[in-house]
Amino acid sequence: MQPLVEPVARLIEELAKLPGIGPKTAQRLAFFLLRAPAESAHELARAIVRVKEAVTYCSQCLNITDRDPCAVCSSSSRDASIVCVVEEPLDLLALERTGVYRGLYHVLHGALSPMDGIGPDELRIQELLRRLQGGEVREVILATNPNVEGEATAMYLERLVKPLGVSVSRLARGLPVGADLEWADELTLARALEGRRAL
Amino acid sequence: MPRPRVYRTEAIVLRGSNYGEADRILTLLTLKQGKLRAIAKGVRRAASHQGGHLELFNHVETLLAVGRELDVITQSEVRHPFRSLREQLDRTSHAYYLAELVDRLVEERAPAPEVFALALAGLQALDRGDEPRLVLCQFQLRLLAASGFGPELFQCVGCRAELRPEVNFFSPASGGMLCPACAPAEPLAYRLSLGAFKLLRHLRRTDLSEGARVRVGEAVSREGSHAARDYVECVLERKLRAPEFIARVEGG
Repeated sequence: MQPLVEPVARLIEELAKLPGIGPKTAQRLAFFLLRAPAESAHELARAIVRVKEAVTYCSQCLNITDRDPCAVCSSSSRDASIVCVVEEPLDLLALERTGVYRGLYHVLHGALSPMDGIGPDELRIQELLRRLQGGEVREVILATNPNVEGEATAMYLERLVKPLGVSVSRLARGLPVGADLEWADELTLARALEGRRAL
Repeated sequence: MPRPRVYRTEAIVLRGSNYGEADRILTLLTLKQGKLRAIAKGVRRAASHQGGHLELFNHVETLLAVGRELDVITQSEVRHPFRSLREQLDRTSHAYYLAELVDRLVEERAPAPEVFALALAGLQALDRGDEPRLVLCQFQLRLLAASGFGPELFQCVGCRAELRPEVNFFSPASGGMLCPACAPAEPLAYRLSLGAFKLLRHLRRTDLSEGARVRVGEAVSREGSHAARDYVECVLERKLRAPEFIARVEGG
C-alpha cells in the first residue's frame, strides 16, 4: 500500500487531536486545505499562532484578552462596584450581548464538580476574593449555570463572599423565553412562581 | 424475540458530561436495566423541553430508544426534583458522594432494583434533612451489603467469635471487625470506639428511612463514617473523590 506523503499524514494527525474531529473528518479537512489557495491556509496558520502568542488572561477578571487589563476592566464607562461571576469566557460574551449589564466580570474557568475532580482549588476563587478585599465592590452577581454544578459553586461562593460585607445576588431562575409551561419541570416552575413580578 | 426499540423506566441521574454542541451524556441508574449511559440531545439549550427534567440527582420517568452505542433519552418527566438537596451545599456534596458510590460499585446493565431503592431512599433522606454524614455512612453499609461486599460487624473475622460490646478493631483489608485478641495479628487494623461500633451495627440493620435519626455525637459519627469510607475504598481499591470535596466544603 502506498502510504500518504509525510506532510499530509502529519496534518491529518494534528487535526485529529481537535475535539470532535475523528480520523475521517481530519482527512477531509486536510484535503480541503491541500486544495485551498495557499493564502487561506496561511491565514489559518497565522490565526492559530497568533491566538497562542497574543492572547492572555486579564489580570483582574481572568477573561481571555489581547491586552491587560482587558477592554471591560479598563473601560471608564463601566460600574466597578458590581462584579458578575461567570463560569466561562463564553458566558461572559452571552451576558455582554444583552447590552444590559454595565458592571465588571470575573471568570472562574469552570464550576465545582467533585466527580470530575474539580474542587475549589481548580477554580479562580482566590483571585475573586482578593479583588473583593479592595472594598470597592458593593455587589457580586453569581451568574453560574442553573444546574447542580453551577448551584453548588454559587452556594460555595456565597459563603465566602458574604462575610466580606459585599451583597450577593444570583441570576433569576425560571422559564426561558419561547418555552411551554406544559414541558417545564417542577423545580423550574416552582422557582418561576416564587420569582413572579407584579405587572 | 427481538429486543424492543424503546423502553420506559424510572431512573436516577448519577452523572453527566457535556457532549457536542448542546447534548449531554448521562449515567443513569435505572430500575429495569441497572446502571447505563445514555445520551440526551439538545438539553443544554435554554428552551430544551427535557433539560430541567434531567438534572443531576433527579428521580425521573424516562423513555429511552435503543441506540447503536448509547441509548437515546427521548422523553423524561421528573418525579422527585429533591429541591432542598440542591439548595444546601452540605446536602448537595453528600449527594455527589452517593452518586459516586453507586457509579463505582454498580456494574453496567446489571438490573439491581434493590440498589435503585437504596439510592432513592438515600436521596430522599438527604432532601428531608437527615444528618448527611450518617445518611451516607448508612448508605455505604447498605449498598455494600446489597452488592455482596458488606463488612462483617457481628463476628470477629479472625476467630469467628461473637463480638462483645467493648473496644474492638476494624480492618477493611480483612473484611470487617476483629476482636481484641485477634487484632495484634493484623497490623493495619485500628481501634474502633464502642460508640462507633454500635453506630455501624445499628445503621447496617436499619432502613435508610429511620437509620439516620439516631442521635450520636460529632466524634462518633466522624469515626463511623471514616470507617465506612475506608472500607469502601478498600473494596474499590481506589480513593473516592467526593469525601475530599466534602472536607473542603465543610472547612470553607
